[in-house]
Formats: sequence, C-alpha cells, structure tokens
Amino acid sequence: MPETVSDPAATRSPESAAAATGRRGAVWAARAQRYGAGVLLVLLFAYNALATPNFLTVQTLLDVQLRQAAPVAIVALGMALVIATGGIDLSVGSVMAIAGQVGALTLLAGVGPVAAVALALLAAAACGVFNGSLVVRYGVQPIVATLILFIAGRGIAQLLSGGRLTGFRDPAFQFLGLGRVAGVPMPVVLMVVLAAVLWFVVRYTAYGRTLLATGGNPRAARLSGVRVGRVTMIAYVASAALAGLVGLVVIGITSASDANNVGLGLELDAIAAVAVSGTPLTGGRISVIGTLVGAVVLRLLQNTLIAQGVPREVAQIVTGVVIVIALFLQRRSR
Amino acid sequence: MTAPVHVAPRPRLGRVLQQQGALIALVVLVVFGALRYGEQFATGFNIQSLLADDAKYALVALGMTFVIMTGGIDLSVGSVAALGGVVAAQLSGAGLLPAMLAALGVGAAVGLANGVLVARYGLAPFLVTLATLLVARGLALQLADARSAVADPASGFQDFGRWSLLGIPVSFWIVLVLFAAGALALHATDFGRHVLATGGNEDAARLMGLPVDRTKVAVYVLSGTLAGAAGAFLGAQTGSVDAAAGQGWELTAIAAVVVGGTLLTGGVGSVFGTLVGVLLLQLIFNLIVFENGRGVIEISSYWESVIRGAFLLAVVLLQVRLTRRRAAPT
Repeated sequence: MPETVSDPAATRSPESAAAATGRRGAVWAARAQRYGAGVLLVLLFAYNALATPNFLTVQTLLDVQLRQAAPVAIVALGMALVIATGGIDLSVGSVMAIAGQVGALTLLAGVGPVAAVALALLAAAACGVFNGSLVVRYGVQPIVATLILFIAGRGIAQLLSGGRLTGFRDPAFQFLGLGRVAGVPMPVVLMVVLAAVLWFVVRYTAYGRTLLATGGNPRAARLSGVRVGRVTMIAYVASAALAGLVGLVVIGITSASDANNVGLGLELDAIAAVAVSGTPLTGGRISVIGTLVGAVVLRLLQNTLIAQGVPREVAQIVTGVVIVIALFLQRRSR
Repeated sequence: MTAPVHVAPRPRLGRVLQQQGALIALVVLVVFGALRYGEQFATGFNIQSLLADDAKYALVALGMTFVIMTGGIDLSVGSVAALGGVVAAQLSGAGLLPAMLAALGVGAAVGLANGVLVARYGLAPFLVTLATLLVARGLALQLADARSAVADPASGFQDFGRWSLLGIPVSFWIVLVLFAAGALALHATDFGRHVLATGGNEDAARLMGLPVDRTKVAVYVLSGTLAGAAGAFLGAQTGSVDAAAGQGWELTAIAAVVVGGTLLTGGVGSVFGTLVGVLLLQLIFNLIVFENGRGVIEISSYWESVIRGAFLLAVVLLQVRLTRRRAAPT
C-alpha cells in the first residue's frame, strides 16, 4: 500500500527520510511499517488457504471474513479521518447505537425505509457536529470531547429504546445489512465503495490536502489560509455519519436494534485497525487502504486463531501484541 | 498547559467554581438527597454501600489522576482490575493477605509493562494501554475460563468487604488514606514535582535533568497496582469476579478525573478533586434510585449516563472558559 499520504510540508515519507539518513535498519523498519499489515494479511491468507478447509471459497471469503470485517473497517475509515486531524473519536460505538435506535423507531413509526435511514444518518451527523463543535469552537481535547457522547450517547439510545429490543422486519430497510449487489454482501460493497471514495478524496481533492495540512501542523495550516476548523468539523461529522451507517448495517443484519449492545467497544477495534495500518495518532497522515487492511487483518487473525482451536481469549492477547509490534515499527522508522 | 502567566490569584467566582465546582455540586446533591429522601438516604446502610461501591472506582481514578498529570493516559485499568480480581478470588483460599498481594502484583506487572513501553520506548500511551487492555482482558478470561472466578467462601477474603469502622467501610478508609498520601506525594515530595514538571513541559523537565522516564514508569506502575487492588476490592465485596468485569472503568475514571478539575493536557491536577469527582458521579445513580423509590415519577436508570455526560460537558466548558481567560493577557 504505497499510498500512505502525508502532508509534504510537515513530514517526509518515512522511507525517504530513513534513506536520507542512511540507516539501513530504519529503511527496513519503514518498509515494515508501511507493508507490515499487508504482509501479515498475505501470510494469514496463504496459511489459511493451505490449512483451513473451505477457506478458498467465495462464501468463506466474502460472507465470513470480509463481511465480519466490514463494520469495523467502515468505522475505522471515519476514525482514520479524525486521527489525520490529530484527534480521536471515542463516541462511534454510542453513535452507532443512537443511529440504529432512531432508524428502528422511525421505521416502526411508518415513515418508510428511505426516510428512516435518512433520519438515522441525520441523528448520527448531529452527534458529529456536537463532537466537532467542542473540539473546534471550544478547543476541548478530542478524547474528552468525544468521551461525553461515549458516556451520554448510549444512555440516550437506551432511553429511546426503553431498554428493550426494538424488532422489525422490512427488507428494504434491511438491505444495508442483508442485501447483495451482484452476489456480494452489502456491508462488503459499502466498505469497498466508501474506501474508494475516501481514497479519492484524500488523494485528489483540496479537502484531502487541507486535511493532512491541518493534522500535520494546524498553526502553519491556519497561517496559509486553510480553514482548519471547517476541515476538522467535516472529519468528525464524517466519522459519526459512517458510524451511524454501520449502526444501520448491524441492526439490519439482526432485524432488531439493541441499544445496550450495538457498537459496544467498537471504538477500540477501529482505533486498533488504524494503529495496525501504521498511522500515528499524532495526525497529518492517513492511509485509507492501510486502514482497510488493518481492519481485515485483525479480523482474519482472530478468526484464524479461533479456527485453529485457540481460545477466543488468547486470540485477543495476540491482537494486543500485534498493536505493540506495529507501534515499535512506527517508532523505528521515525 | 499554557505558558505560565503570573497573575495575582484573585478569588474570582470562576476560579472557585473550577477548583471547587465539583465539591460544591457534591455538597448540594448530598443536602438535596438528605432533605428530599430524609432518613432513608442518610442511613448508615445507604452511606456504607455507596462508599463501598465508590472505593474501587476511587482507586482506579487515583492512579489515573497521576498518569494524566504526566500527560499520559491509561486505558488498561478496567481489564487490569478484572485480572487482579480474578487472581485474588482464585487465590482467596490462601487467605486475605496473599490474595490481595497477588492482585497488587499482577496490576503492578501490567503497569510496569505500560510504563516501560511508554517511557523507555516512547510509544503512544493511548495505544500502548489499548494493547495491554486487550492482553489483560484476555488473561483474565483465560484464567477464569471465560466465567466468574468465585472466592473461597471459607476464607477470610470476603470478610474484608464486610469490615467497617465508625460506620464507614474499611475499603473506603483505605481509599481515604491513599488519597491523603497521594495529595501529600503530589504537593510535598520530589516525586510530585517531577510528575507535574513532566506533564507541564516534558522537554523542559528533561533539560533540567529531572528523571522523566522514571517518573512515567512510576505513575503507570501506580495506576496498574491500584487497578489490581480495585479488582480485589470488587472480589471481596461481591464474592466473585466476572472475567468481563471492569469494562468501561477506564473512561469512567477519566471522566471523574476531568470533573475533579485535572486537565487532560497534564501538568495540573487535584488528587482531592478526583475523589470528589468519583463521589459525585456515583451519587447521581444513588439519587435516581431514591427518586424512583418515592414512586411519584419514574426516572429510567438510563438517565444516569446522560446526566454523567452532561456533568462532564458542563465541567469541560467551564474549564475551557477559565483557561482561555487565564491565557489571555491581562
């Protein structure tokens, strides 16, 4: 994935920086940082192709591995945007619950599937505006700003639901979760399309450049005329909207909105996916494909270990170790 | 924090609100509870159970306060509490002291790993402790076989949860002593000065020759150890520790620290404020229970988290106003 885009003014590519200083170890570390998640993906894929029965079937690959990875991957795309501004979004799991509950309730109220989806996404985007305002207008640290909705957001969703499962049945509404386009499960389609859009935005649009400039050095960006506040706000709104969309995907799959559990702990999975892609939390860098690979590789790693009879608990430990290794590679290449 | 601007401290209302706002809110809520719910609220039983519940959160938040004051963060505390609690419950047959010490030791070990990765290798605290969150949770689940670890009922382990002195649970006395020690350490020892200097301006602290790395390792070890102790307290209180216990404690603790007036940017903090923050956030739940007990209006317990979030929002906005005013040239 040689597409880690970084702010040219603020940082050189770690590889060329390492090459310039002539440290061979650092060059290798930079490569490992860039391609590490990809290499791990290839290795896991090769291993499974040989060792796991029925792994190389369309059904396993699309319906199991990719479909399971898709929710985290889509949330991680938004997270990567926020992290590129130098922020973080802890509220995504709660926003998923809110959007899911709003979607389910408005659907049951009879507004129709399209309006229900639109209202749910609107509610999610409003959460993003709340987060973004605290960060941009009031200068609140992103961790604290998004912690507020992390805590209160789930309570809001639970108040909406009354603590009960909100069940429904509507094929059009559930298309986001259960539908297929040319045989490909909808969550996977969404993941690929959204990643492509984001990749294009980051690489070829003015927003992408101002985003990286904002995260790389906000003061310099502001002085050179970048509307830092607006750029940051868009990132938080996009992150919340993507989380809302995933909330709809999740409740579409289960035919019920469970405000207590939808999106629980997903913020950490998404952050882990971004971290494994080799993107530092300090901002100014984003790797769209890397984030996608990060989410898929963490899922595949878990599934592989569990398929080999490793207890789920131990698989979790391995994920933690992989994150630390990714951090070490980042550090060596600096 | 901002550059040191020396303004003669005037007892402005705003300053008092920021420094003592949580305390004022706590006093107001306690008086409100006592007046509205009368004797039931003020019974020894209610106070005891409230403080016993608070003790474990307070321990976690105390460690978090020191970590945050150095400019770091510790997401692993909830998992470490579960790990410590599971270990303590499983070793409870050996007696109270060995079980407690084992929980402290396990917590200290995770804290040491956090501290070394952050201080020695310069890795981002947020991600390091996210990784150890996963590892500690995995170990807890593995040890407890993904279920609850039940304490040996014949041992004296659970007695600890029942002891009280002057109507206050022993676990909370320990908390009070530790917070007093923490405040003393912060304000009257070299360690406290190093913590604040590290969080205030790490480069400057290094240039002055202060032991920045050692200070960082120390605060993470402290945080881990206290989280382990919180897990053991949980085990002693309830008789068993679910391997999934403690989820989200890290963020509750961060909220309590922020409500208590400690800035997340490091360099400024109040140990006592954290204790007030913990008591305040927990009291909200207690008041909702009592209000429902009156049976006049039904308040869903889900309001609890909404109100907590609103408190956090109010405190954060207040802090923003005050720090901006202070940063502005006068």
